[in-house]
Amino acid sequence: MTRVVLRLGDDVSTDAIYPGRFMATVLPGETPRHCFADVPEFGRKLRDGEIGSGSVIVAGRNFGTGSSREQAASCLKGWDLVVIANSYSRIFLQNAVNLGLRLVVCPGIEASEGDELEITQEAVVNKTMDKTFPVQPLPASRQAIVDAGGLITYVRKRLMEDAAR
Amino acid sequence: MGMTIAEKILARAAGLRTVAAGDVLEPVVDLTMSHENSALVINQLEEIFSGTGKEMRVWDPEKIAIIFDHRVPAETAKTATNQKKIREFVLQQGITKFHDIRGDEGGICHQVLPESGYVRPGMVVVGADSHTSTHGALGAMAVGVGATEMAAVWALGRMLNVEVPATIKVVADGEFRPGVGAKDLILYLIGMISAEGANFRVIEFHGRAIKHMRTSGRLAICNMSVEAGATCGIVPSDEETARYLREEACVADRIDSVLPDADAAYDELMEIDVTRLDPQVAKPHTVDNVAPVGEVEGVKVDQIVVGSCTNGRLDDLEAAAAILRGKKVAKGTRMLIFPASWRIWTEAARQGYLADLAAAGAVIMNPGCGCCLGVHQGALGDGEVALATTNRNFQGRMGNPNAFVYLASPVTAAVSALTGRITDPRKVGFLSLPADASGGD
Repeated sequence: MTRVVLRLGDDVSTDAIYPGRFMATVLPGETPRHCFADVPEFGRKLRDGEIGSGSVIVAGRNFGTGSSREQAASCLKGWDLVVIANSYSRIFLQNAVNLGLRLVVCPGIEASEGDELEITQEAVVNKTMDKTFPVQPLPASRQAIVDAGGLITYVRKRLMEDAAR
Repeated sequence: MGMTIAEKILARAAGLRTVAAGDVLEPVVDLTMSHENSALVINQLEEIFSGTGKEMRVWDPEKIAIIFDHRVPAETAKTATNQKKIREFVLQQGITKFHDIRGDEGGICHQVLPESGYVRPGMVVVGADSHTSTHGALGAMAVGVGATEMAAVWALGRMLNVEVPATIKVVADGEFRPGVGAKDLILYLIGMISAEGANFRVIEFHGRAIKHMRTSGRLAICNMSVEAGATCGIVPSDEETARYLREEACVADRIDSVLPDADAAYDELMEIDVTRLDPQVAKPHTVDNVAPVGEVEGVKVDQIVVGSCTNGRLDDLEAAAAILRGKKVAKGTRMLIFPASWRIWTEAARQGYLADLAAAGAVIMNPGCGCCLGVHQGALGDGEVALATTNRNFQGRMGNPNAFVYLASPVTAAVSALTGRITDPRKVGFLSLPADASGGD
């Protein structure tokens, strides 16, 4: 069981998730401190430790639109947040898969801040609303990277296989 | 069934005779591009090699381009230290296509790559920047990725688990009216199909308006294809592509062409008659919030920005200079010019465009991305409004979440600089040009 800590609309850009002025900070260990820097109240709660690990951000369509900055995925991953959205922008989705940020594609999700959710492979159950919303699985090509524990491990394995050939 | 351009390019790169949308491939990569985020790419490459017992080597140092453009010259010690780390990596790995902060060969990556002759029709180009889509203007398949995926390509020389994207065919026919051009067309298209209208798909551009468009305009269109979510935009290579590569990129060797089959399978067909197009403006805070200029006319503008990887090419600066020559930027409005590269800066200076713009009151900046993404010069004050020829207007984009960014063509931006308000460039007396130089031939 987990809780919705932030409800956002459509087209949340990577500039909103990780503002451009912090882009000189690149390392995954350092990016979380600038996560949602321009959403002051939520940003403060994160930094003050008021948001628990595994908490959920719910958004509309095209989450992560815009820049390819990987900081947008690594800063969310750093706080161990889960994103549930109707759909995702291509580069953000791939970055999240590559880094192991937990994303759920849920085209029909209905949820408000404070709602309690249960997330399974097949569905998101909104316990507060007592409603169930089906989850769209990732294509096999992306799920393979998730299953390997991210792109770094996936590529490392390939590198060794190539060398053994 | 025949293949689209993207399918043909990916088939060749994967060593297959045919592929179709949805197939999963491992295409070899012909060129990679990254900028200051190479610092993160290097970090991820180190992670990949750690524990393998192998010495960290990139797969091919001659196929890696690294360009400093996002914060040049460095605005902080942190950036300078990142740039230093990248320079050391470039030396250590023997990377040849490195463009440092230099007035002879530096500039914004999406101009440096084409003008250096690095991009050719049929190539697979992978860039750690979303606007890598730009390079499809030369008939390549150019895809933006994140830093970790870039590191994977540096290590292996190919992309893994690539799903062949479906292609949208956009046919833009007709002739632009004076004051209307390439930028207006792409803004119109994004407004029409929305910021995710082409998500996970390729846009292939056809039609007489594209055929008659110079490469500068095609680069602007492919640049902004990603604002509709497209994996990349592609213009079929033609005589203009060859002219650009020979004359402007000094390419001497063979230029191959990759064209779609007559019976290629397109996911969707969209037709636009550009003759009917008005100058377009994207309103705050999304790129798909597009309206004809008439709808926003009169909005007071604090800062005009002409330039960037979208519209900082010679044709764009020529158009702006022609409008501002002998006139003045309105009091209370500031105007910043960002040529897309130092080669363009130099040529614009030689042609007198920069002097004309400066005499009108514009400030000539050095080529770079900093203003557009709000990291280095040109930030907006609280409540201020910018009209920019750049490609994004997200909240916070120009360094301030309490400011407002509108996007338009160089012609609309230059005319609006004269009045200090968003102005329809077709108003009598503003245009001495036959057509928007970034669009017309």
